Amino acid sequence: MRLLINKIFLSLSVLSALIGLAFLAWILITLFIKGLGSFHFGLFLNDLIDGGLRNLIIGQFILAGLASIIGIPLGMAAGIYIQEYGQGRYANIIRDLSDIMMSAPSIVIGAFVYAVVVVPTGGTSGFAGAIALAIMMIPVVINTTDNMLSLVPRELREAGIALGASKYKVIIDIVIKAAKVGIMTGILLAFARIIGETAPLLFTSETSNYFSLNLTESFPSLTVSIYDLANEPEEASRDLAWAASFILTVLVLIINLSGRFITRNKK
Amino acid sequence: MPVLNIKKFSFTYPGVDHPSLKNINLPIKKNKITALIGPSGCGKSTLLRSMNRIHDLYPGNKYEGKIEFTDENKQISDILDIKKENEFIELRQKIGMIFQKPTPFPMSIFDNVAYGLKIAGVKNKTELADRVEVALKGSALWKEVHDRLNKSAMGLSGGQQQRLCIARAVAVKPEVLLFDEPTSALDPISTGAIEELIVELKKDVSIAIVTHNMQQASRISDYTAFMYLGDLVEYDKTENIFLNPKEKKTEDYITGRFG
Ligand SMILES: Nc1ncnc2c1ncn2[C@@H]1O[C@H](COP(=O)(O)OP(=O)(O)OP(=O)(O)O)[C@@H](O)[C@H]1O
Ligand SMILES: [Mg+2]
Repeated sequence: MRLLINKIFLSLSVLSALIGLAFLAWILITLFIKGLGSFHFGLFLNDLIDGGLRNLIIGQFILAGLASIIGIPLGMAAGIYIQEYGQGRYANIIRDLSDIMMSAPSIVIGAFVYAVVVVPTGGTSGFAGAIALAIMMIPVVINTTDNMLSLVPRELREAGIALGASKYKVIIDIVIKAAKVGIMTGILLAFARIIGETAPLLFTSETSNYFSLNLTESFPSLTVSIYDLANEPEEASRDLAWAASFILTVLVLIINLSGRFITRNKK
Repeated sequence: MPVLNIKKFSFTYPGVDHPSLKNINLPIKKNKITALIGPSGCGKSTLLRSMNRIHDLYPGNKYEGKIEFTDENKQISDILDIKKENEFIELRQKIGMIFQKPTPFPMSIFDNVAYGLKIAGVKNKTELADRVEVALKGSALWKEVHDRLNKSAMGLSGGQQQRLCIARAVAVKPEVLLFDEPTSALDPISTGAIEELIVELKKDVSIAIVTHNMQQASRISDYTAFMYLGDLVEYDKTENIFLNPKEKKTEDYITGRFG
């Protein structure tokens, strides 16, 4: 009897795993077929207004890059504070807040930034988009920093103190260095996550058909344009959306894999 | 004049209602090796970690009594009086510590040894290089690492890492070195090298060493203190402790009847 239950249970788990994998494969295969079908290198040379994706890819990287410039220092500072300085209560409050922020739906973050940035400044802008992405990124960076620092052995901190270093010098010179690889990997994964986001940008930076470096107006975004293009009636627009999705997926995959690659090589 | 003179010293960890060390009186004599022995949990590490106040990394400890430190200029000060950050830095540069597990910093071999020197304010490149070399030679590591000073210290063997930690502590020219079971994570050959090194070091520094290894204590130390349940039971010349201890407890312990 017990054996039978075991067998049933095992087959059920294998089956559900297979179903999951099948769907994933289906998505990827469709994406590759449709995406590769409409892919050509001209996409990297022209802006959307001329049927290419150049401005969108660059714009997406600028938004995610700016979000990282805001989010990484803030997230790391908070992570260092709660792990190294926070005593009990305050640290736990920040930790809980960060966990809540991490599970907040991205569209809610978009709506929040719309209310506190877009409305007061009178319109969508690249800045607003970057802020929304930064808010998505911060809790992930806090969490990684917190976890990776907690793995650094106590003795290493004590050895620094025993040489006369002050606590903050030990953190900067020794503890962060010891946790560097883990923190970097976490940041890279956080970056991979925000670069593929649509919802936080949808009504904060929107998108633009033209190349732009002006962050005070609507800013070109690959993900938002995929959303727009996919909703258009013409076949050509939807083909372009497929090609854009394909490029985005490959980008995210590359970033993810390099994150894994760093961890594997440094451990 | 002992370099460290521990007088009526008691220590209580935060959140513990009884002291872990009770009324300890113990001298650490100049240019001698003093071994602290005793069963696990008797307070050896706690005592050693009071001598450089590393306990203070964690708040809420209670110290009572005195630990008098006589520096090279014969100035006497009580370690337990220290409150200011810069005094702590000074104290810890004069009283170095080596831990049970080797603790190389995640940086190059050179930077490891130079770390304490830079904190002490040595900036001149040639002076740094000279003092790193002297420290590595003094720790019998120079021959093995002189051609890879810029390689990461994490690539050294356990025994080499421990000698690196000694070099790092020696580089700042301390007056006292505290060793907390420095060989218990090492193989016999590395252990032998470290023991030789410690004996060699006593020319320049005074040494306190915690050890579980009775042979080690008798091989290298000049004085031995036997501790039990937070008390200092007996302190004497090492040969007296091992050949004719005065206390029954000491005799039981060194003959292996408990521990
Ligand atoms: N951080 C701490 N907080 C509370 N009690 C502690 C703490 N560290 C040690 N103790 C207690 O203090 C006593 C002495 O511990 P200590 O580590 O000094 O012993 P030890 O002689 O070094 O033992 P071992 O040989 O196992 O290293 C023990 O009873 C231990 O449980
Ligand atoms: Mg101990």
